[in-house]
Amino acid sequence: MIPELGNFSLILAFCLACLMVVIPMAGVITNNQLWMSLCRPLSSGIWVFMILSFGCLAYAFLNDDFSVNYVANNSNSLLPGRYKFAAVWGGHEGSLLLWVLMLASWSYAVSLFSKGLPQDILARVLSVMGIILVGFLLFMLLTSNPFERTLLNTPLDGGDLNPLLQDFGLIVHPPFLYMGYVGFSVAFAFAIAALLSGRLDAAWARWTRPWTNAAWSFLSIGIALGSWWAYYELGWGGWWFWDPVENVAFMPWLAGTALIHSLAVTEKRGIFKSWTVLLAIAAFSLSLLGAFIVRSGVLTSVHSFAVDPERGMVLLTIMLLVIGSSLLLYAVRAPVVKGIASYTLTSREVFLLINNIILVVATAAVLLGTLYPLIHEAIYGEANRVSIGKPYFDTIFVPLMGLLAFALGFGTFSRWKKTSVDYLKKQTGKILIASVALGIIIPLVVTSEFNISAIIAVILAFWIVFAVLKDIVDKTTNKKSFLQGLKALSLSYWGMQVAHFGMAVIILGVCLTSHYSVERDVRLAPGDSEIIGDYEFIFEGASLEQGPNYQADRAEIRVLRNGEDYITLQPEKRLYFATRVVQTEAGIDVGLFRDLFTALGDERGDGSWVVRIHYKPFVLWIWLGAILMAFGGVLAITDKRYRSSKVVVQNESTATSANNNSKAKLAVES
Amino acid sequence: MNKRVLLLIPGVFFVAMLGLLLFGLGRDPNMVPSALVNRPLPEFSLPGLELDQTENNLVIASEDLKGGISIINFWATWCPPCHVEHPYLVEISQQEQDVTFIGVNYKDDLEEARLFLEEKGSPFEKIIVDLDGSLGIDFGVAGAPETFIVDSFGMIRYRHVGVINHQIWEETFEPVISRIK
Repeated sequence: MIPELGNFSLILAFCLACLMVVIPMAGVITNNQLWMSLCRPLSSGIWVFMILSFGCLAYAFLNDDFSVNYVANNSNSLLPGRYKFAAVWGGHEGSLLLWVLMLASWSYAVSLFSKGLPQDILARVLSVMGIILVGFLLFMLLTSNPFERTLLNTPLDGGDLNPLLQDFGLIVHPPFLYMGYVGFSVAFAFAIAALLSGRLDAAWARWTRPWTNAAWSFLSIGIALGSWWAYYELGWGGWWFWDPVENVAFMPWLAGTALIHSLAVTEKRGIFKSWTVLLAIAAFSLSLLGAFIVRSGVLTSVHSFAVDPERGMVLLTIMLLVIGSSLLLYAVRAPVVKGIASYTLTSREVFLLINNIILVVATAAVLLGTLYPLIHEAIYGEANRVSIGKPYFDTIFVPLMGLLAFALGFGTFSRWKKTSVDYLKKQTGKILIASVALGIIIPLVVTSEFNISAIIAVILAFWIVFAVLKDIVDKTTNKKSFLQGLKALSLSYWGMQVAHFGMAVIILGVCLTSHYSVERDVRLAPGDSEIIGDYEFIFEGASLEQGPNYQADRAEIRVLRNGEDYITLQPEKRLYFATRVVQTEAGIDVGLFRDLFTALGDERGDGSWVVRIHYKPFVLWIWLGAILMAFGGVLAITDKRYRSSKVVVQNESTATSANNNSKAKLAVES
Repeated sequence: MNKRVLLLIPGVFFVAMLGLLLFGLGRDPNMVPSALVNRPLPEFSLPGLELDQTENNLVIASEDLKGGISIINFWATWCPPCHVEHPYLVEISQQEQDVTFIGVNYKDDLEEARLFLEEKGSPFEKIIVDLDGSLGIDFGVAGAPETFIVDSFGMIRYRHVGVINHQIWEETFEPVISRIK
């Protein structure tokens, strides 16, 4: 009964979504206030039914209802309870349900936090989100219904959840990632609403900014969690593989980062409007591309769900309709006139433009690399398949990020409209010298080897950190006390600085781990040891352990630091009963300045094992940096100017005049 | 030039990408690109498995595979899909007389492998023993079963991941084999 209730809720949500597309938009066209105002109750209705539907599926999982095909395929009676719940989104159908639930939640959130938004804009925004909801609900109901049942010959037990996914990482990684992915639909809907209404102005940029920041922060955490999960679960000791599915999550993030910066220019200076709209469309389009690539199987990846070309066709149709029509609308309605604002070559506008160009080139490079196997095959035929790997991405991506970091330092000090070159020189001269000096000296002293890429990375990290700190100090010197000065700075300013600081932390983490990691794959018999730096790893042997739904070989690796007992690591190799899949579980000692990573390979007879031992300096900083970035995004959202409805109303009058201006200009132009 | 035309550029890119994705949907997703396709066989020299003897003195080297089209199949008794494809491999190896079937017994127990083949028949002319998976690493296999087509010059021409059945043989293996003959 419960699964049917879930299915029924899904159908009701679909019907309400259809209404949310039609009624508010009809209200906008006929200027009917009542119809427009219906968008709020409709979006809350959709959300309630999606929650209900999700709850029903979770109930089916927790109660081992194997008559539901999706539960039978992704769960098992032996599976621990928390994984049963997480298994709701462990396969294609359920993760799609989560995706749609997130979408419904975002549109409900928009309807809740939109007190300052004009009725007709809200109606348009929710109507656009309704279109996406309709598309994906239809997709789910027609091709991927999670509530499909086998009532005769119900399986006695389930096929179990993919062991890779039986981990804390699975519980948290997809929700964050999907929140981020789907969150860009809000910026997208605002962009479409702005194009439809012709009100592409500073107020539009202001409404979009907190939503974009929120989605971006979720996506940052989601990607970082995925990377962390791969690091400790896959047993390869790597944290990023340029796998197609990592790439499709990374592309919306890059485009979203560009969007955040370009929105700042559009809000403050009223320029780059068409560009900003295009980025908002692109960020969400790349999210849709991600959904397509993961679920259609066009590219092979460790993440791919079961492959079904029919699903791919439906998703491709959704993409064609949603993205195609929005790009067409963009071509017809986006303003082509240049903004009135004037700016010099070293102004903040130009630095933000540089940021955008670098990020967009990076996005394009990742997109090209991801789709290149397809392009190559389309040109040279099936027999000539290629796979593109890490070397391509590293060669292109690393220098681009270096440039971005270098420009960031100058951008921090630049001002709107006009910044003189002399002023920039004066501001940056000392910190540039200081960061170059420290960047060369510190790696040389600590490691006593000359590694040019590590040196550049450390220089750039210091460069960003010094720029951030100097700017904060400069901004507080005119106040009575330093503390008072700190308090006077706005939360969105703090958000920016914290996120930039996070970028310096990531640069250090990525580069130092890549250049200074020590990696050993050794065969160890009980009692054998391996020495890396100050650490001695003693293999004490492996024993058989029983888990709830698996059996594991667990090794004991005693670690000595400078000859004294430090810690015992226990990497495991698990054999899951239901799927007969072997899965490694790394034994890691996490530290702020280094991780000790151990993973168990194959047994080689006489009790000896192949053991992977890695010493990874600063690897934690990769994820710390991501957390800082996301925290920066959250800080920026909490800035009070986004909360006060007064400001918005005030702005609306200026907005309308600006809008009239642009309309007049459009008229002149055509 | 009318600036509005420029605004169409993103749309054009999108349509091109959509076309590419549509093309991608139509292909066989099981065919995984391998860095080795259109490259020569990796050099190796490994023990062979002889069914009628308990002692293994045979050594098979990469040189032995040249001079004819061969199908190299990575299999193991611990791999359930290998049990599934085995009967078909026996059948097709009897039909295809001008193709040499080579098995690579991948990280397996030799006694069990021998028993398995004695019981169910062997499709393989030669069986290479890859006890520690080193050949698997050279070929870049992700698991078993995986099957490679090697031409008479010792070049790898195709990689298939997963079970081979009648349909897959007819639709993917036969075209490749007839092309490189």
